[in-house]
Amino acid sequence: MRQKDLGIAVMAGVAFAAAISIQIARDRWYPRDDPQREQILYVTSGPALQRIALSFDAVLADVYWIRAIQHYGGDRLSGPTAQTKYTLLYPLLDLTTTLDPYFNIAYRFGAIFLSEAYPGGPGRPEQSVALLRKAITVMPHKWQYYHDIGFVYYWRLRDYQSAAVWFQRAAAQPNAPNWLTPLAASMLVRGNDRAAARFLWQQIAKSEEAWLRRSAERSLLQLQALDQIDHLQAIVQKYPPASGEPHTWSGLMKRAGLPGQPVDPVGMPYVLDPVTGRVRVSEQSPLSPMPEEPRPLQ
Amino acid sequence: MRAVRVVAVNVFRESVRDRVPYNLVLFAVLLIGSSYLIGQLTAGQDVKIIKDLGLAATSVFGLFIAIFIGIGLVSKEVERRSIYALLSKPVSRAQFIIGKYAGLVLTLAVNVSVMAVAVYVILGYMVWTEPPTIRAGWDAPGIDPALLKAIFLIFIELMLVTAIALFFSTFSSPILSAAMTFGLYVAGHFNSDLKNFERVVSSKTAARLARGAYHILPDLSAFDVKTEVVHGLPVTFGYLGSTALYGLAYVAALLLVSTFIFSRRDFK
Repeated sequence: MRQKDLGIAVMAGVAFAAAISIQIARDRWYPRDDPQREQILYVTSGPALQRIALSFDAVLADVYWIRAIQHYGGDRLSGPTAQTKYTLLYPLLDLTTTLDPYFNIAYRFGAIFLSEAYPGGPGRPEQSVALLRKAITVMPHKWQYYHDIGFVYYWRLRDYQSAAVWFQRAAAQPNAPNWLTPLAASMLVRGNDRAAARFLWQQIAKSEEAWLRRSAERSLLQLQALDQIDHLQAIVQKYPPASGEPHTWSGLMKRAGLPGQPVDPVGMPYVLDPVTGRVRVSEQSPLSPMPEEPRPLQ
Repeated sequence: MRAVRVVAVNVFRESVRDRVPYNLVLFAVLLIGSSYLIGQLTAGQDVKIIKDLGLAATSVFGLFIAIFIGIGLVSKEVERRSIYALLSKPVSRAQFIIGKYAGLVLTLAVNVSVMAVAVYVILGYMVWTEPPTIRAGWDAPGIDPALLKAIFLIFIELMLVTAIALFFSTFSSPILSAAMTFGLYVAGHFNSDLKNFERVVSSKTAARLARGAYHILPDLSAFDVKTEVVHGLPVTFGYLGSTALYGLAYVAALLLVSTFIFSRRDFK
């Protein structure tokens, strides 16, 4: 390389470094984070977008799917400080599935996370059901969608009659697993027991999708924690503190002969309310917030 | 310096010969036509829409000129073999590249200036015809000098796009250069999404990669202050200055790389 060329290359490097330095300084001194920007849904009509996309609707569906994941992930990582609170999750998934009606994962993602209570999701089970109903119009013989609607009715809406109806519909589809019929019957008889919830989550945990498995595994750990809390609550009642004394783990450990402070399935110590003696999962635990459990039929 | 000026003036003359100024007529017709139609269709938002349309058209027309002329600046000379005659003259390769670039930037400057004047003329007409009660409801004054801030950053952005087109033109065919320039233009406008990637993914490596891409790719979204200006929101001179400085530094880097590549090309 000639010396002149080398000089030009060095100067180009310096100019590029200067550009990056100015960019960093500008971002620091004149930040331009626009909270509105995140909330923008450029096109809200799926059919209109389908026409605009010409023959690239599948690629555009992928783009919207990525946006949906980013939106969900961004709000989930931001926690309670999130500005949008998953408001775009449903429209983004709706657009994704309009552009590509066979986008199976988008429907199932929506089924699980649209219905999850805040801060894990927007807590909109009716949107989950709407998305899954849309899936059924496209793929009416896929038992998974009927099952997912049944699951939303059971776990989120606590409507056991409707859940049973949807599990029965799922059972009637080709290649449906044989456990769906007894599950529907159990819904009608008992409404809920924790075993049914565990069974359903175990089925979801067999999914091929890692994020679906992770969600199911977390829910199974939450169910395990609920079992442990019931057990600990019984111990608290059996060994109450002396009158006027607060509930403490150290006192309970002495009275009940517990080997140590009880921890939840992920190793975080349980919290014991000193006044009421109620045992609960710590807010710092990855299992928090705990789901509100469906209640057995009276 | 004289050699650079001669090359630049030649590029400007060539663009006039290629009927590039015709787009200005089209621009004026589009604005006048749309201002009449929009006036019939919208309820009090016509000035905002004229501003949006005027700024967007300035940007799009400029982009087409920057890309479609920029990609041919060097490759056309090579294809026509006029490069041999040119380089036999007392013009260094660096002067050739800088002159070509300056010529196109001059063309763009004339274009953007005329378009800006056209936008202000239309806005002046709107202000003149609208009663004061309607004018009081506008977010920003009809003839708003702040529009010049948006136009200024559009011009710097076009300078950057021209430098990108010229850079690709030094080693690639015109079609490929146009595709790559347009690709970088699109990527550059989505670039700001990469900046805060760590808010979206938990992987530190992915976030660092995204941050690296944010710095390497041209940050074109920073040049877009159209919405703020139209709604009368503040755009500080500090922001304008630092963004313009960033654009100019990036342009300098691209021109130097273009010169480096071009000076190593063998035309024997």
